Amino acid sequence: MRAGLLLALVVAAAAYAAPARAVLPDEVLPDPRLEARARALSRDLRCMVCQNQSIDDSDAPLARDLRILVRERLKAGDGDRQVLDFLTARYGDFVLLRPRLSWRTAALWGTPAAVLILGAFGLVVVLRRRAPAAQTAALSAAEQQRVDDLLRQDG
Amino acid sequence: MIAELGHYALVLALALALVQGSVPIWGARTGDPGLMAVGTSTALAQFGFVAASFAALTWCHVVSDFSLATVFENSHSAKPLVYKISGVWGNHEGSMLLWVLILALFGALVAAFGANLPPTLKATVLAVQAWIAATFHLFILVTSNPFARLAQAPFEGRDLNPILQDMGLAIHPPLLYLGYVGFSIAFSFAIAALIEGRIDAAWARWVRPWALVAWMFLTLGIAMGSYWAYYTLGWGGWWFWDPVENASIMPWLAGTALLHSAVVMEKRDALKVWTVLLAILAFSLSLLGTFLVRSGVLVSVHTFANDPARGVFILAILILFIGGSLALYAWRAPALRQGGLFAPISREGALLFNNLFLTTICATIFVGTLYPLAFEAVTGNKISVGPPFFNLTVGLLVIPLLLAMPFGPLLAWKRGDLYGVAQRLIAALAVAIVGMAAAGAAAGGGPVLAPFAIGLALFVMAGAVTDVVERTGLFRVPFAAAFGRAAGLPRSAWGTAIAHFGVGVALLGIVGETQWGTERIAAVKPGETISVRHYDLTLDGLTPRRGPNYQELIARFTVRRNGEVIGVMEPSKRTFPVREMTKSEAALMTRGTSQLYLSLGDTDAAGAITVRLYHKPLVLLIWVGALVMMAGGGLSLSDRRLRVGAPRPARPKPALPAAA
Repeated sequence: MRAGLLLALVVAAAAYAAPARAVLPDEVLPDPRLEARARALSRDLRCMVCQNQSIDDSDAPLARDLRILVRERLKAGDGDRQVLDFLTARYGDFVLLRPRLSWRTAALWGTPAAVLILGAFGLVVVLRRRAPAAQTAALSAAEQQRVDDLLRQDG
Repeated sequence: MIAELGHYALVLALALALVQGSVPIWGARTGDPGLMAVGTSTALAQFGFVAASFAALTWCHVVSDFSLATVFENSHSAKPLVYKISGVWGNHEGSMLLWVLILALFGALVAAFGANLPPTLKATVLAVQAWIAATFHLFILVTSNPFARLAQAPFEGRDLNPILQDMGLAIHPPLLYLGYVGFSIAFSFAIAALIEGRIDAAWARWVRPWALVAWMFLTLGIAMGSYWAYYTLGWGGWWFWDPVENASIMPWLAGTALLHSAVVMEKRDALKVWTVLLAILAFSLSLLGTFLVRSGVLVSVHTFANDPARGVFILAILILFIGGSLALYAWRAPALRQGGLFAPISREGALLFNNLFLTTICATIFVGTLYPLAFEAVTGNKISVGPPFFNLTVGLLVIPLLLAMPFGPLLAWKRGDLYGVAQRLIAALAVAIVGMAAAGAAAGGGPVLAPFAIGLALFVMAGAVTDVVERTGLFRVPFAAAFGRAAGLPRSAWGTAIAHFGVGVALLGIVGETQWGTERIAAVKPGETISVRHYDLTLDGLTPRRGPNYQELIARFTVRRNGEVIGVMEPSKRTFPVREMTKSEAALMTRGTSQLYLSLGDTDAAGAITVRLYHKPLVLLIWVGALVMMAGGGLSLSDRRLRVGAPRPARPKPALPAAA
């Protein structure tokens, strides 16, 4: 099934034959802390003309433009959130690789917890329903008393 | 002529599949042994014809018969022979033919080695297998004929995409398909059990080797694909949460859950209904993967709508098999009798815990992969669900799974003693804490996550060792006695411990690569040096060279560590004239389990070439871990109790142990 990724790559590679990979030396910011933030942000932003690549991984010209744009915003003093807001306003939610939590993505973000809780709940119900035999193993004090009494009567 | 024979063989295979799908099951229903036996011969013959068809297509590729559309599109007369062969499955039509070849192979294996199965079960299993085969034969013949001729045969082919011209591609898809399609056997067994309305511990014993084989190939296939992407795509990523990768990891997760729940079913006759469902799910997810990749739906809902023939056909297959099997399940599963009881804290409970989390991870990946499609279909807007989402959600879900992992094998069946097991794991915990502290100190204020994850990996590994130590009584009994017990330990117990150990190893690699990797990007001229960690790489020069069907520019770097020459790295940049594409060939230098990774970019006007240099600590452990997991699976498969066709103990037991 890897072949599908390949197909995607074929399309991407055919369109952008330049073999340079992602961040180029001339893009790197002199301030290492700012650059680190830029790299982290780049990993959360989609290269919109590629198949499932972040702008940090992609060598498409658009990705390069976006990387430069992100760095320009950071140099201008924007916070991470502001940079993402700026790009979302321009390109829509599609640009975010980590979808924001909203009612439209609630089902997405809620899936892990929902499946886990429902699954655990289902297990408890099923095990409880099947457990009666196991529960009879221990006798309550009153029952034990009755058993003892009966045994004594026999004896 | 060869191509027409291949096409004809495929048509005959379809006809045989139709016979195989109807006659044996009729025989099973009416109790006619003659009709049931038809399944065996047709399954073998069907495999023979599909193999002939595949051989014909391979022949056309090898002799570069460009009158065939698929050969013209994907081959070139100057292409090396190995890529002419691997090019057979480097495209849609050929890869579907490989898919049915492997499907027919598994059917033939059941036919050949299933002599110990009850005849009705075997007949039904082969019939279900044939239903799958028939639909896919039809799919290939109707929408994706690999033997289609061109009206005018071109003089030269278009060549295979350069990215695909690699040994990785030569072996990766067949392995992956062996895994994917291997789950069809578990599926067929599940459907047969539902049709027969009878399922017991013996069923689990028959299914487990098949599921184990499929799981091993899938593990190897995914690991191979990951390593191949790592060295071929030029930036050293090894997992991208690409929908195509997700399509392969989902059946793997379901299959892993299946292996674990089948253990409960075999040993304790419990979890039957759930195991059957997992067997259905594992193959359904394989089918879904085929649909996702083959229909083009991933690129966009619109591409799918514009060229719907293939997509709609696979969607129909998908609905037929997944919908049909789930409906059958809903109808028949309640009739299956439930078996052994157990307390929540027990080996069964631990395996259920494993299943709960594996299933949740699988569901999360499923929703994450399909959410953008559904979102676009419903709202018309596009959103992305990318690696940050999957890393966060799957990362969180994996932690409890790994924490619980060492406990499972140490808990007793039916009713376990959690406190006692925790006591026995104290040594493993100590190893984990020491490792965590050491990792934290060595990294010196790096990411907080890394030492914790290292500790978790060590806990898993030490837990696996504890399992073996506890079983053999090492340190408690004399060494010779422990050795004797180790030799007598069932291979499946060894398999479990080794596979679990492998998970820890892989996690170490993942942590090393993602948390402690370093990167240098620079434009260098000959004579200049770039450095990463303790390594200095000097560019000696650039030399052009001619390959069979490409030209390349090789950059020679001398690698020094603390001033001492330790080797040479030669990344290159290849240009493929036929497709007018370039491809960067990364150079890798292995140092222990770490690697230096070097790939080339563009040359600028001043004669400097862009290079990306990475130091990837422990990275090889990712794939070593996968291999260890696979080795564990193999060991478990060789267990006498699971060996296909060995229903009786191989060694007769002594009547009474002497003076015991």
